[in-house]
Amino acid sequence: MKEQTTRAMWWRSPSFILDNRQQAQPYDTARGGALSIPPPPSTAMADPNPNPNPLTDKISAYYQTRAAHHGVVSSDWLAQAQAAVGHIPDVDDDAANSDQGAPPGEPFSVIDEFNNWRKQPDLAEAVAAIRALAAVIRNSQATTMMELEIELKKASDSLKSWDTTSISLTAGCDLFMRYVTRTSALEYEDFNSAKTRLIERAEKFGEISYKARKIIAMLSQDFIFDGCTILVHGFSRVVLEVLKMAAQNKKLFRVFCTEGRPDRTGLRLSNELAKLDVPVKLLIDSAVAYSMDEVDMVFVGADGVVESGGIINMMGTYQIALVAHSMNKPVYVAAESYKFARLYPLDQKDMGPALRPIEFGVPIPLKVEVETSARDYTPPQYLTLLFTDLGVLTPSVVSDELIQLYL
Amino acid sequence: MDARRGSLPVPRVRQVGFFTPNAQPAPTRSQSGPPDSSSPPLSDSPASNSLSPVMIPPPRHHSDNLAAAPRPTSPLPVPEPSPFRRRGADNNNALLVGSYNPAETLLAMSPSSSHVGDGESEETMSGGWFRRSNSGKLASSLPSGTFDFSPVQSTAEALKPNKVQNPVGISEVSARPAPKEQQPEAPSSSKQPKPKLTKAERRALQESQRAAKGGGKSVAAPEEVATIKSVKQHQTQKKDAPQVAVSVAASERKGGDKSQEKERRKDAPAPRMQFDDKSRVEKAKRRSVVDQTEAKKRVELFRHLPQYEHGTQLADLESKFLQLDPMHPAIYKVGLQYLAGDISGGNARCIAMLQAFQQVVKDYSTPPEKTLPRDLTAKISSYVSFFTQCRPLSMSMGNAIRFLKNRIAKLSPSLSESESKSSICTDIDRFINEKIVLADRVIVQHASSKVKDGDVLLVYGSSCVVEMVLLHSHELGKQFRVIVVDSRPKLEGKALLRRLVAKGVHCTYTHINAVSYVMHEVTKVFLGASSVLSNGTVYSRVGTACVAMVAHAFRVPVIICCEAYKFHERVQLDSICSNELGDPDAIGKVPGRMDVNYLNDVSNSGNLQLLNLMYDATPADYVSMIVTDYGMIPPTSVPVIVREYRRDHLLI
Repeated sequence: MKEQTTRAMWWRSPSFILDNRQQAQPYDTARGGALSIPPPPSTAMADPNPNPNPLTDKISAYYQTRAAHHGVVSSDWLAQAQAAVGHIPDVDDDAANSDQGAPPGEPFSVIDEFNNWRKQPDLAEAVAAIRALAAVIRNSQATTMMELEIELKKASDSLKSWDTTSISLTAGCDLFMRYVTRTSALEYEDFNSAKTRLIERAEKFGEISYKARKIIAMLSQDFIFDGCTILVHGFSRVVLEVLKMAAQNKKLFRVFCTEGRPDRTGLRLSNELAKLDVPVKLLIDSAVAYSMDEVDMVFVGADGVVESGGIINMMGTYQIALVAHSMNKPVYVAAESYKFARLYPLDQKDMGPALRPIEFGVPIPLKVEVETSARDYTPPQYLTLLFTDLGVLTPSVVSDELIQLYL
Repeated sequence: MDARRGSLPVPRVRQVGFFTPNAQPAPTRSQSGPPDSSSPPLSDSPASNSLSPVMIPPPRHHSDNLAAAPRPTSPLPVPEPSPFRRRGADNNNALLVGSYNPAETLLAMSPSSSHVGDGESEETMSGGWFRRSNSGKLASSLPSGTFDFSPVQSTAEALKPNKVQNPVGISEVSARPAPKEQQPEAPSSSKQPKPKLTKAERRALQESQRAAKGGGKSVAAPEEVATIKSVKQHQTQKKDAPQVAVSVAASERKGGDKSQEKERRKDAPAPRMQFDDKSRVEKAKRRSVVDQTEAKKRVELFRHLPQYEHGTQLADLESKFLQLDPMHPAIYKVGLQYLAGDISGGNARCIAMLQAFQQVVKDYSTPPEKTLPRDLTAKISSYVSFFTQCRPLSMSMGNAIRFLKNRIAKLSPSLSESESKSSICTDIDRFINEKIVLADRVIVQHASSKVKDGDVLLVYGSSCVVEMVLLHSHELGKQFRVIVVDSRPKLEGKALLRRLVAKGVHCTYTHINAVSYVMHEVTKVFLGASSVLSNGTVYSRVGTACVAMVAHAFRVPVIICCEAYKFHERVQLDSICSNELGDPDAIGKVPGRMDVNYLNDVSNSGNLQLLNLMYDATPADYVSMIVTDYGMIPPTSVPVIVREYRRDHLLI
């Protein structure tokens, strides 16, 4: 998390970081981030908090969070940002919006809960959602199973609608519903024991999801050999975990980090890796093909894993996968299983748009259009393996798992 | 989650999705079975036995509701299985259990039922098994005989007509009801004596007959049965591979290794009728009702497929109507419609067939001294072979027949006849409703979500699901354009085009020759399928592979719309080994165009062969997505659907 002193400078910088910060603030003070003592619970889910920036719904909240969590903001970039003329006009709206966050003592809201969890930078959004949903069960005052299920459904829907661009959030909620409610526990005679059982399952699920990263890191160790060169795109916490564990295991490897424009997530990753004494080289995004012949494998994370076995990830993943495929380099994807989504994009444009502002550093003439999409879809034929907490899977297995889960 | 790795050595248990290691097993729904009830894992359903407590149980798919429908219970106290995946195990149990009735009804129908799905030609074969098994019963059914005359006499009598039968050449189906002495309880084990018996066998047979005539009533009977049986077995052992099933059937009576034998037979590849095998074609012909004249000239590579002169049989068959008294008029009508091509399209054919069967069941009354499940199954088999003679079955029809036979075999013996009949009728209705009608609706929902404004959709031929998708998307107000690609000789696309234009869809019509030209403006290709095989191969109207390949080359996504009941576990790599041959004249002649009918006088010359293939196989590589009633899946996931829901198909 950034220190508060930089806040003033952020006023003119891309607003998403700021929005998030301001929005998070009231909850921080209100709840202290504690899940264990939630306010008097109630069944009222009718008034979920609005999305942090409802007026600019074109901009993906998911990427805002990501940027806030792993944004690397160097001083020169901030200076550039300040110099930039392109600004986002709705900062004030957002600030106003964020003020109406639920004050303490009000009925339990799953969104608040979710936001609480979400503020932990290490916690994936889906895991935050899963924990929030678990809290829903715990705080529920429903007296029948049906009521509880409906309540849970409402909570999950409100979470999902809170940010429709986040695949992992949607997928996480869906999977939670599947995992927790599709159980024989619901047929217990006694409501209380059934509820306990549900809470158990919910916690178990939360734990599994939380541990997923470690499992993936362990699974992928076999694939990193001494002397290899790994190309990494963007900042993925799973990939970082993988590399961290490899470094701890005294493996000798070097990492190429792409810059990861526009939010420069690659810089942050290189920063983290440098701390681990892993040799790192930074590339600009367009140097991928140039350096691909030195690369032994490509490691990427994923925003979502779709039913075809392809992934949706930060912009640029597709082209790296294409280059790697044409040079016969393996492309490994590290993704937790709560990112498995029931989506089936046929091509790049076949997804709901997730946009984010892009700073070019110079004024852009009005007539010039800017591609602001934040993510792309990599079809399964360009991926070699997926490292998930369910095991190391080929892309085609993803669909099998999804069929088993959802049908 | 390390447990996943740890659990790897344990085979069969497919732990999928989120599972907790060391989880306290929750009281599952599938609790009631004894611990070993799932111990013999079915080879084709590893997941069916093991529902780990934390695994997410399968959904309440519509077929599960069906499972709640009155299910037959087996005679022994087999625990009621869970409504979910234990069904496979339950099935297995039913086979292992009792040495007679239910298992044997299964056996009686299984030779055909286990191969029906393999489509076209083997139906004739299975008809043959039935025939043989019927006569086999005569020989072995003595001890429990309840006839007026002595059992011995009955055998003797029964054997006589058999001997005469084939030389005379009475067609089998029409001859079937004749031997009334058949005993339904007897297992169908041995085979009908053939004209071609070895000397020893013939002598044994004669001796046994003599013994039957001369010997004392009750004393001679068992002996004689034994001799005949041994003869049969001796004979069957001599047979080569395709006949294995027969010998299996014989040995199954011994009961002990029955289940094992059955397993083996299930595993064995289905012997398909190869039409270049002269002797077997002859046999099949003798049985057939439809007098199909074989085409004289056949393309070398496709000799194994049935090919007949078209157009001659209709009148012939119509004239036979009165002779074929065992044939139900509804069956007859549908068969003629197949033959004439009035009903085409996988779903239409399947529905017509099922409805005909429904009619049959309604009008059915069990003959005296027979049981409904076995007699009805035999009847349906004979009807199926009639259909096959009219036109080779599609794989979807094979699946539907398999379902129907399974339902009949699983009928509880305690049900009265009218109850059984109504249960079968409702089952058929449900199959039509849920596997076809509802499935189509779901597919339309899914597929039209992929139609975006400004799309240019290319369709090939005429598939009813694709048509529904287009019309539904149009009703939703989506702005899109359709390119209908068509091909000779059927020109099915014209009918589709007509219906689309009538609804106001913006259409372009072209022939397949121009597909590479129009493809560059296409954004999505929607295709139907006759069947989807488990390696993802799409078996569909000839030309589909071409369209899909061009689309793939142009990077246009290819979407296949296909109901899950058309999925088949077979694997096919080309369109040669299984296909259907159409009328060769259809491609040689252009109706109404005398100026281009260059082949009129050449078509009889020996060095010209016309090949009119009906289907082709599209490799999975060219398919981007398959839309089924279970959602949108990649072609690589077809086996998952087949594996997970095969039981459902059968057991609805």
